[in-house]
Amino acid sequence: MSTTTLDTHDTHAHGHAAGMSVGTFIRTYVFSLDHKIIGLQFLFSTLLWFLVGGLLALGIRWQLAWPWSDMPVIGRMLFSAEGGQISPEFYTTLFTMHATVMIFFVIIPILAGAFGNFLIPLMIGADDMAFPTLNMLSYWFMWPAFILIGLSFFWPPYGAGAGWTSYPPLSVVTQAAPGSDRAQTLWLLGITCVGVSSMLGSVNYLTTIIQMRAPGMTMFRLPLTIWAMFITAILQAFALPVLTAAGFMQLMDRVLGTGFFLPEGLVANNSLPASGGGQPILWQHLFWFYSHPAVYIMILPAMGMVSDIISCFARKPIFGYKPMVYSISGIAGLGFIVWGHHMFVSGMNPMLGMTFMVSTMMIALPSAVKVFNWMGTVWGGKVQFTTPMLFALSFVSMFIIGGLSGIFMAATPVDIFIHDTYFIVAHFHYVLFAGTAMAVFGAIYFWYPKMFGRMMNENLGKVHFFLTFLFLNGTFFTMHILGAVGFPRRLADPYDYETFRHLLPMNQFMSICAICMVGTQILFAFNFIYSMFYGTPVGRNPWGANSLEWTAPSPPGHGNFDFQPIVYRGPYEYGSPEVDTDFYPQTQPPPTDPKRIHKPEHH
Amino acid sequence: MGRFWSLLFLMVPIVGVGVFVWAMADLPGMKGHWLPENINEYGKVIDDLFMFILYLTGIIFVITGIVLFWFLWKYDATQNAEPVKYTHGSHTLEVVWSILPAATLLFIAIYQMNAWADAKMRRPMLPGPDGKMKTADDVLMPPLAEVTGRQFEWRIRYAGKDGVLGNEDDVSIANDLHVPVNEEVVLKIKSQDVLHSFFLPNLRLKQDVVPGMKQHVWFKANRTGVFDIVCAELCGWGHYKMRGRLTVESRDDFNRWLDLQSREQNRAEFTPTTGEAE
Repeated sequence: MSTTTLDTHDTHAHGHAAGMSVGTFIRTYVFSLDHKIIGLQFLFSTLLWFLVGGLLALGIRWQLAWPWSDMPVIGRMLFSAEGGQISPEFYTTLFTMHATVMIFFVIIPILAGAFGNFLIPLMIGADDMAFPTLNMLSYWFMWPAFILIGLSFFWPPYGAGAGWTSYPPLSVVTQAAPGSDRAQTLWLLGITCVGVSSMLGSVNYLTTIIQMRAPGMTMFRLPLTIWAMFITAILQAFALPVLTAAGFMQLMDRVLGTGFFLPEGLVANNSLPASGGGQPILWQHLFWFYSHPAVYIMILPAMGMVSDIISCFARKPIFGYKPMVYSISGIAGLGFIVWGHHMFVSGMNPMLGMTFMVSTMMIALPSAVKVFNWMGTVWGGKVQFTTPMLFALSFVSMFIIGGLSGIFMAATPVDIFIHDTYFIVAHFHYVLFAGTAMAVFGAIYFWYPKMFGRMMNENLGKVHFFLTFLFLNGTFFTMHILGAVGFPRRLADPYDYETFRHLLPMNQFMSICAICMVGTQILFAFNFIYSMFYGTPVGRNPWGANSLEWTAPSPPGHGNFDFQPIVYRGPYEYGSPEVDTDFYPQTQPPPTDPKRIHKPEHH
Repeated sequence: MGRFWSLLFLMVPIVGVGVFVWAMADLPGMKGHWLPENINEYGKVIDDLFMFILYLTGIIFVITGIVLFWFLWKYDATQNAEPVKYTHGSHTLEVVWSILPAATLLFIAIYQMNAWADAKMRRPMLPGPDGKMKTADDVLMPPLAEVTGRQFEWRIRYAGKDGVLGNEDDVSIANDLHVPVNEEVVLKIKSQDVLHSFFLPNLRLKQDVVPGMKQHVWFKANRTGVFDIVCAELCGWGHYKMRGRLTVESRDDFNRWLDLQSREQNRAEFTPTTGEAE
């Protein structure tokens, strides 16, 4: 291991000793320029919003299982609920805000903001991001979004209620959703701020990964987490401006009456006839042009982190590193030309639907390649069933379900039937909750020792995994069955329809599972907070992992490394015959004895 | 514990397939928890395609699930005494497992194109008189009725005695769509205010209605009965109660019903609002 020490950062590292002034405290922990602090700020904020999003989901589940009945305890806390009962307009708010919070305040910022920030400089051997101030701004631009969206809860119908997709005319004509004028406008402004934050972050990540890699860290020696973050940043940089522009267009439609998305003469609920000149479907195209790539923004970093975790705990090199990189790139590239599959029955030209169907079918291919490579990684290894590994394995297992169910809706004729039903809801929860959220849990357990210098409790972690795994399948697998009956999304009371009346017991089962699943997270919250103070202290490399962050102190001081990392190989050299240990850090120089040097066979 | 966790992952394909079989077999506890009865001649192809994809993905689901279980079981660190297989991958395997899924996916893509075209692009034609082809518009089957979505009801208009839609003697009804059985039916669908989606679960038919657009849907119902019309696109707070009924009946019953509606209707009361203007 290289032992060249750099002293430049030591002075900063001890800056936050006891007795620091208020100004120093604010500079260190609040308006910090350090990527690790910013990453943790993102982590704490997003975990809090995760709780909010989860409770909103329980509101939805309550209504579907026990429609129009008083919700115990939480019902009184939700201010719009009338005597504990959910009103139909508040129901639209519940699912709109559940999706908004989970997508814009949890999944995207926890992957790119929290883990991207924390891991990128550490994993590439840099002392910080390329633009620390921009980085700080990317976090602080989340706050206007938090506040704006938070404020939208204070006016009837207590939050925006036009769906997270915000389809016009419902989202534009204020009379169409009575009382929505403030909430919906605040929602649009909030989403714009999230966009600015993501944009600042992505520019920073791209520059950092291209410019600031340690000596010897070639692109093909990067951990797959970093590759995934890199591709994600490209997706954000190219797709986000479209959403921001579309958001402003919708804002102008609402506030100034521009009519980008309204046809001539449109009247909704006695509104004045629209002067028109627009098309509601235009919004859908612009929205999904961002939001489909955003689906990959929400899964690629998780895939990267899962690859790192699986390779580490299989104690074996990742199977097919380059195919993995190519499939990430393939998903990103194809991700730009599949947005129309959200619109097969929207009124879009059916001929266009056919071309989107072909590209959508093809995007299943790189995902399949990744799954096969993860399984290839486990093959022939020595699997250690640690908590992070369990979460990573469940990602693979669950992603198979989420990926395969995607083929149903890619098939346009089948989509006619299952579009806007619970089959879709099952599909994206398998990808986003059973996939990404489980990977995020795994990543938290995995990198927690690096973040705080202490381990999270493994036994508690395994109980948390087991219960979450059980209840998530109870909640989401059954949704496939509902979808097969044609059970529609977003209905406050679907049991009015004879076709769906008999599905109530199954919905009650799902809601009980959902309540238990959210309840299980108390274990996680306890473990997370308790371990910060009382967890077992660890050294630099508790898991015996290879990538650079594990050669830095735990937690790393300001400037990250206390030596200049020099990289000799890729991050997945587990079980290498060149060394006696079963891991082989990227910074460890090759053996001096030439006989020990392993010559790779070329196929 | 490695044994336990491996078995937990084995439960995924077992329970997963079990739940689907349970629902498909219509066993107690999940009665009627499967595709609702299909009464559309054109809907069968959708069900067949659904089942085809279900079986195909089911096989992949089971195989990958069992392989994952087996690898975890066999290569559990506490059980496996062999050294780690130090390999970085296999070019041959990568090629095989890229080409096989690619070919399968491409097959599904091409295989279903016809069904999609039938459902959304090939509107039924009227048989031309004495085999003479007229202009394309003339031979397209005219709509039996016009369905307009509005917050929160389906307004249905039938052509009156003159057989022409959109004039004084039209028959207007809310939420009650009647169609003759065993006949090709074309409906004109549109929206008056926001997006709605015209969803007939038993006919495997769904189409969003968009203000400013006129669209057509078609089907051929082969069984009489009363079925649900569902709004499947969020249209506001009352979305859940935007429920219509579809009555499929014999031609005679249909004619009688339409005649009755026509006579009962007080036409003077019906004045189209601005929103409904063509």
